[in-house]
Amino acid sequence: MSEHQEVASKEKYGMVIDLDKCTGCGACTVACLSENNHYVREDESDKLHSVTWMKVYKVTNGEPFPNTKVAFIPRPCMHCDHHTPCVSVCPVMATDYNPLTGIVSQIYTRCIGCRYCVGACPYHARYFNWWDPVWPEGMHKLLNPDMSPRMRGVAEKCSFCNHRLQKAKDKAYVEGRKELKDGEYVTACAEACPTRAITFGNMKDPESAIAKLIKSPGAFRLLEKLGTQPKVYYLSNESWIRELGDNALGRKKRGGLA
Amino acid sequence: MDRAWIPEGVQRCSAGAFYSWMALWLFVLGAAVTTALLILWKGLNQTNMNDYFGFGAWITADLGVIALGAGAFFSGFLTYVVRIKELKALINFAVIIGFICYSSALLILILDIGQPLRCWFGYWFPNIHSMLTEVIFCITLYFTVLTIEYVPLILENRKIYANPVAHTLSHNFHEAMAIFAAIGTFLSFFHQGSLGGMYGVMYARPFAFREGFFVWPWTFFLFIFSAISTGPTFTILITMILQKVTKKRLVPRESLSVLAKIAGCLLCGYVIVKIADTYYWATHILPARGLTFAQQYHGYQYGMWLPYVEIGLCGVIPAIILITRRLRENDKWLVLACALASFGVVLNRFIFTVQTLAMPVLPFDKWYIYFPSWQEWVTSMAVIAYGAVIISLSYRYLPVFPYERDLNPPAR
Repeated sequence: MSEHQEVASKEKYGMVIDLDKCTGCGACTVACLSENNHYVREDESDKLHSVTWMKVYKVTNGEPFPNTKVAFIPRPCMHCDHHTPCVSVCPVMATDYNPLTGIVSQIYTRCIGCRYCVGACPYHARYFNWWDPVWPEGMHKLLNPDMSPRMRGVAEKCSFCNHRLQKAKDKAYVEGRKELKDGEYVTACAEACPTRAITFGNMKDPESAIAKLIKSPGAFRLLEKLGTQPKVYYLSNESWIRELGDNALGRKKRGGLA
Repeated sequence: MDRAWIPEGVQRCSAGAFYSWMALWLFVLGAAVTTALLILWKGLNQTNMNDYFGFGAWITADLGVIALGAGAFFSGFLTYVVRIKELKALINFAVIIGFICYSSALLILILDIGQPLRCWFGYWFPNIHSMLTEVIFCITLYFTVLTIEYVPLILENRKIYANPVAHTLSHNFHEAMAIFAAIGTFLSFFHQGSLGGMYGVMYARPFAFREGFFVWPWTFFLFIFSAISTGPTFTILITMILQKVTKKRLVPRESLSVLAKIAGCLLCGYVIVKIADTYYWATHILPARGLTFAQQYHGYQYGMWLPYVEIGLCGVIPAIILITRRLRENDKWLVLACALASFGVVLNRFIFTVQTLAMPVLPFDKWYIYFPSWQEWVTSMAVIAYGAVIISLSYRYLPVFPYERDLNPPAR
């Protein structure tokens, strides 16, 4: 398996989600939908066809009442750092890993809609546009001009609000700075979270909040055994939640979807 | 009415009967074309695929027909490169079956991609690390080779052959056929392998992932092996069906027996390798990812019966029949073995395509069921109607079977 081209860079963006703080309110999902110009169909009850870059799973510890415990696991794209599964499989190079930032993004106008990336991603973080995007009358005026809407027949995914990085860099350039300050570039979901469960930032900056949080004892990543090296970390003091992060042989009790 | 177009010295049904037969298949094909236009117009929301099942019936059908179409390249290899003379009786028909399989696969692929107008991007922006790029290149190139192999046969139609240009062209094509057979073999080996590689490289999908040799996962070799062992059985099966429909012996029995024996030996080897692969996957690859063999199967649709049917019923049993001389010499046993082996390879492709995606990798996720929509069924099944049309036309107007006249002397 080939590694990504190593480039000397001071940036590698990642996310930490504190599951003990997450209330499952869904503000992150709504902020993401709004920020990234997602259309909403009249009936979104079929979740296997719903585009939700930031999906919130409700999980339980699998114990009967009164020992039942519930948690919420928000799941953006993991922006896998090692041999990114969706990047290597794309036949037309429509999925890009940026070695300068570590961000995995999609080139919508190049995607042929083969959905190989959808199949390769174990996190179900990739979505396909099954319908033409249609907004209610007048709503198109509220679209974010920095984010292109996607056409029917192409795959898409969370981009860590890549356009916000461009904006932050433009601002820094105007102010005569070459580097961004911690917190200057954050994703829409991190900004919207009312409990500040989501922390976003440059993992290579040792002074950043995220660089400290990922070293916390309760930090873990989803499906670490696969070796995808996600750049999204989770925090929890609950061992049953940490155990739900990966498959393990011989586990006696198995929690799951609520 | 069309007597002048029919090869000399062979018996064919009346024009009326033939056109009625064709009308039936063209009606089915018309329904499929209408459905295809509906899909192109409305989009892939007409299918039952979703964000969990990015691949479904169409990819299964694609991989299935491509594996079954392997009889063309492998028979070509055995005929022109290894020079097994008995197979000359079969090679034309094997090429036609291959042509049908590959052209229908390409047509289905056009439907399957979300942006059909961008299908040429695969050549323009190729990602050399993607197995799908290799598939795109090899399949289109090999389809070109199959067309080159099919064209001389069309030129041999009695009326067309009377034209001196067609005559010369056909002759020259035949002279170069060994080269095309060799090129076809090379290309086919690679794309059959790449189709398997497509799954094996998905290292984040434990159901499909396999380790391998250099850049090729073991599925790369398993797909080649399964295709060359079951492709010929499909060629035999369709030949036997055609003989039944036309009530004639079209190829010497010995030719079928030789191909069946070769397929049987290969199938034995494939079954052994497949069992070894499954054992290593269950005892090494899955545990390293915190998973067990039992966790890979679920409920009825994705149940544990699948590997037993695929490897046991459709692998071991036909292999035994085909390597046993007494059984393969019996038409009924031969048809049974070929049907089982052909079904088995399609089932294998289904398992790799659909079950890979159905098996939840996230520990807190669940299994989902996929069942194709009527639009997917109609367009997938259209391959049968398409094949019937091409075979019917070829059989009636082209000298497909060189020994047909000798095997069916005119009644005195």
